[in-house]
Amino acid sequence: MELHDVWFVLIAVLWTGYFFLEGFDFGVGVLTRLLARNRPERRVLINTIGPVWDGNEVWLLSAGGATFAAFPEWYATLFSGFYLPLLLILVCLIVRGVGFEYRAKRPEEKWQRNWEWAIFWCSLIPAFLWGVAFGNIVHGVKIDRNFEYVGGLGDLFNPYALLGGAVTLTLFTLHGAVFTALKTVGDIRTRARTLALRLGPVTVVLALGFLVWTQLHSGDVASLVALVVAAVALLGALGAIWRVREGWAFALSGATIAAVVAMLFLSLFPNVMPSTLDADWSLTVTNASSSPYTLKIMTWCAVIAAPLVMLYQAWTYWVFRKRIGTQHIAEAAH
Amino acid sequence: MELALAPETLARWQFGITTVYHFLFVPLTISLAALTAGLQTAWVRTEKEVYLRATKFWGKLFLINIAMGVVTGIVQEFQFGMNWSEYSRFVGDIFGAPLAFEALIAFFFESTFIGLWIFGWDKLPKKIHLACIWMVSIGTILSAYFILAANSWMQHPVGFRINKERGRAELTDFWAVLTQNTALAQAFHTLSAAFLTGGAFMVGLAAYHLTRRRHIKVMRTSLRLGLITVVIAGLLTAISGDTLGKVMFKQQPMKMAAAEALWDGQKPAPFSVFAYGDVDKGHNTVAIEVPGLLSFLANDDFSSYVPGINDVNKAEQQKFGPGDYRPNIPVAYWGFRWMIGFGMASFTLGALGLWLTRKKFLLPRHLRTGDDEVPLLVLFGKRTLGPKLTSWFWRVATWTMAFPLIANSWGWIFTEMGRQPWVVYGLFQTRQAVSPGVSQTEVAISMAVFTALYAILAVIEVRLLVKYAKAGPPELTEADLNPPTKIGGDHQDADRPMAFSY
Repeated sequence: MELHDVWFVLIAVLWTGYFFLEGFDFGVGVLTRLLARNRPERRVLINTIGPVWDGNEVWLLSAGGATFAAFPEWYATLFSGFYLPLLLILVCLIVRGVGFEYRAKRPEEKWQRNWEWAIFWCSLIPAFLWGVAFGNIVHGVKIDRNFEYVGGLGDLFNPYALLGGAVTLTLFTLHGAVFTALKTVGDIRTRARTLALRLGPVTVVLALGFLVWTQLHSGDVASLVALVVAAVALLGALGAIWRVREGWAFALSGATIAAVVAMLFLSLFPNVMPSTLDADWSLTVTNASSSPYTLKIMTWCAVIAAPLVMLYQAWTYWVFRKRIGTQHIAEAAH
Repeated sequence: MELALAPETLARWQFGITTVYHFLFVPLTISLAALTAGLQTAWVRTEKEVYLRATKFWGKLFLINIAMGVVTGIVQEFQFGMNWSEYSRFVGDIFGAPLAFEALIAFFFESTFIGLWIFGWDKLPKKIHLACIWMVSIGTILSAYFILAANSWMQHPVGFRINKERGRAELTDFWAVLTQNTALAQAFHTLSAAFLTGGAFMVGLAAYHLTRRRHIKVMRTSLRLGLITVVIAGLLTAISGDTLGKVMFKQQPMKMAAAEALWDGQKPAPFSVFAYGDVDKGHNTVAIEVPGLLSFLANDDFSSYVPGINDVNKAEQQKFGPGDYRPNIPVAYWGFRWMIGFGMASFTLGALGLWLTRKKFLLPRHLRTGDDEVPLLVLFGKRTLGPKLTSWFWRVATWTMAFPLIANSWGWIFTEMGRQPWVVYGLFQTRQAVSPGVSQTEVAISMAVFTALYAILAVIEVRLLVKYAKAGPPELTEADLNPPTKIGGDHQDADRPMAFSY
């Protein structure tokens, strides 16, 4: 295995980490309107992800930074090509982050309601757009001989990519509902379970459709294995939430996300961004990658830093392991 | 007209706007993290309530500020790919590495431990909770270092070779990129300026409260801490600025000649205090100068030769081919002056403040003030400032808050615009760096969106800061004074409302 293959795997791992973690905080963001009935409940939802969402988002920054360093051509083509959708994602991430931090900084109801709507939309839109982006990456886009994206904005919103968006949106929302059931007590916990069970069948149908399409388009044996794992994990997650095994359900909905990401990257390899105009113009792990020296340095950094990151982030989840409910929200701090 | 709206122009404006905006929050974040950590350390060691209240007050302002720093930082990472894809292709092999290091090492540190710190007041034992804010502080400093190393490579590329086949620069020595003199000097200068910024912020707010005789105890402590920070950081900023200047005279003679509006080389060269230049004609119509000072700043020698704009332009034309290698001279010239002027002004006010509020053995007994009195402003010996001067002094001290922010912004505008037309000095020009596939409309949309969004957020942020700054330090509760002894919180408090969360 050469270093650029290692980095293909590592970037897949970073995206997996990102979607696993920010997946549930996007989901919780969507649930603030879907599940919570009043301000204290919305506050409970936000507090379940309060200590961790910022750390979750860094997985995206790492995936972006690692792509820049390990596959500069990919980074350049991807982000200049998907310009406007990416702009929308960035705006959402900005507004959402500020929303979490500023929502409770003023007591007025209107102020808080505005931020709640901002958090809802700015969680929903990126959750959808990331799926659209990955749909396009996997199926390929119009890339010319200079590795420039020459398609238009409309080309990005094709049926396959839109289905991908619907999958990430429902999957993340489900993941968020399971997380909420795991992290809360009382009425809100019961309703989160119910919601997860209702959302479950829709997610299963969408995800299976998307994965089978992917498999037929560019799959191999390995991606088929990932597909099966994703399907089993998703059904397992629903079974676990049905039987009130919330820890298991969360692990399994996370495993579903991991398997979906794995499947996408497996069906992509050795391309990183195929061209639909001419297969020779596709970006691959070899023609998009950095020099071996840079990859070596980066590998050392990742080998040392990544386990440490996982260790202290896991510790964070341990520190905040207690379930919370409306009784933990001070009267003055709704 | 067509040129004014070229994608390159818009992309440059966008980069300038988003970067200067981002950098309003960065220095405050770096310094307030460390100062808050210092105050919390003082509390843990002495158990004096004044330090805990100060920690909570400055910590809150720090959080309001870091939220903006974090979210505007995300844009920074992705706009290289969005607007500057050719740049990314050309330098990704080198420039991407420190960026990835920043994310993998510094950002994770910062963002994970900030969550622990915000929500950890009733979940973590005192010392572990304190360690969290220190981790945040270390994270911010590391982050600054990596990004400055990347920027320094654009100012002075080292440790690379050009791969003709792939048409890009490739890294050959990462250590050289991280430790070259430009990176060290820039990091030293930027970090000390960051502490000057945080110190002045503290001084300004403390002065605001002290004039109104509110929260005197906490604000007295903050005032002294702020003043000391301003004076030390101010000195370091000046020293490191001089070091960085000397490095730049060698590596980017054009930038420094532009900073001085020195059109033709001189021996000895004077330092220009004020000049009114005519860029087209290449000379200054009005100039006030200090003889020999520029020679000293450049080479530690009052009579040495310093090349001018025209000389360097000619030399670069010979080296790189025909073209105009001059940056925008008025921006470089005035940017340099605003940076130094506002930086020095805050240092001077800090030094003056430290002298005027000195206490104990240096003053006669009847002039000394107690912990819960506003400090007297004692000029020397037995002379205090009259009430009018005193109120003016507090007012100016409050304004000082803004000075380093202005200096920082101009410092960056100067250092980035002074490098033009190069994006990587001597290697790659800015006009080559833009994304060829991105249309004028797309860049215009994103620039409009970011500008509008940033403007709205600025209003929201400043109003929140003002609200919390005016409210002053919070009263302490029972829970604040009895932190948990176990990780995860003590059992009997299971249903207690969470402390100090959002």
